[in-house]
Amino acid sequence: MSFVQQPGMSDTASLIYTITIEEPLTTFTCKSDQTLLAAMERAGHRLVHIGCRRGGCGVCKVQIVSGDTHRLAMSRAHVSVEEEKNGFALACCIEPRSDLTLKLLEKG
Amino acid sequence: MAITGVLRSALMQLRVLDMDAAVNHYVNVLGLDEVGKTEDGRVMLKAYDEFEHHTFVLRLAETAGMDFIGFKVDSDAYLDQLAAETQAFGLPCEWLAAETDQPGFGRRLVVQMPTGHRFDFFADVAMAEDRPMLKNPDIWQKEPHGMRAQCFDHALLYGPNSAEAVRYCTEVLKMAVVEELLAPEGDGKVCTWLTSSNRMHDIAILEYDQPGKLHHVGFKLEDWSAIGNAADLITINNVSLDAGPMRHGVTRGLTIYFFDPSGNRNETYAGGYAHFPDMPVRQWDFDQAGKGIFYYTRELNERFLSVVS
Repeated sequence: MSFVQQPGMSDTASLIYTITIEEPLTTFTCKSDQTLLAAMERAGHRLVHIGCRRGGCGVCKVQIVSGDTHRLAMSRAHVSVEEEKNGFALACCIEPRSDLTLKLLEKG
Repeated sequence: MAITGVLRSALMQLRVLDMDAAVNHYVNVLGLDEVGKTEDGRVMLKAYDEFEHHTFVLRLAETAGMDFIGFKVDSDAYLDQLAAETQAFGLPCEWLAAETDQPGFGRRLVVQMPTGHRFDFFADVAMAEDRPMLKNPDIWQKEPHGMRAQCFDHALLYGPNSAEAVRYCTEVLKMAVVEELLAPEGDGKVCTWLTSSNRMHDIAILEYDQPGKLHHVGFKLEDWSAIGNAADLITINNVSLDAGPMRHGVTRGLTIYFFDPSGNRNETYAGGYAHFPDMPVRQWDFDQAGKGIFYYTRELNERFLSVVS
């Protein structure tokens, strides 16, 4: 007797992208169903603050220099419309849709 | 009745960034029940062991944080007295007519606190349909679910002018200071825990440069085993954990901190000692704050002090 895995029971495949931080030069991988902050936290990088991880507190703000992303809801108190146009985002609310390049902000 | 005037914190309206995710969190994970929706789409919630029509309201917004915290008082006449005493103290206040924006609620006195928070006071609330039993009561009518939150318990508020806010709470609201965290220098307080009853705290107020911030909203759980169940649900539901399960030195409460899907911090809280009006204030030196908050690890983490919504 053995257990037969039914279709759909296995983990669905997610795409894996390479995220590059310009300074200090760092790379890590992030899955398409994972946020940048979650990937950084899992990889042990402590380059941005870990706050609420859910878009409310604003401590993990970064600038996306290049690449495609999926943005989850994040507080306007921390990323204005103008800033959003310039690539600013909370790392906890960004899922990659391509390889990305990020710029860190002053760690306040 | 020995407890008069302000009875307890009993209402909060919270801003959320994604309503579906918020309702899932507060209903399916925390264990509140949905009472209904307001005409403008806010969602009213309550815990199973509360009598009030609702005690917790979610409002879809572009920012996280709290709109206001509400306190139930013992009589409508006391509201008039409170309005006069608030004006004499020097804080701005105004009236909201019954049923203005909170179905089931009587008139409310709205006070703008010097910390940037809004305090609402009300005497009359409709009785909830789903509430504790009154005749030969069983422990609940409908089996509690999720973390089995019993009631909305307290909130920790961050804002400027905290000393003035505490003075209003003690001199006008007649709340008692239960515990204090002393400033590293001088005779100021970093944080003050306040209660209007036997409950450990209805609110705590921490000195902070930005006004109107919410550090956390606390919900009461039954005991340490309920805290363990809550911790299991945090992992199962991939809830963003802040700290715990653990004990506080301050209040001796058993606790976990975590974040809702909009980044508002929640606390599930159990235990703690009962406060009586003749008890002296318990004080913590600033360099002992780690033990006061995180009694087991005794280390204050940066996130606890600086992450708010």
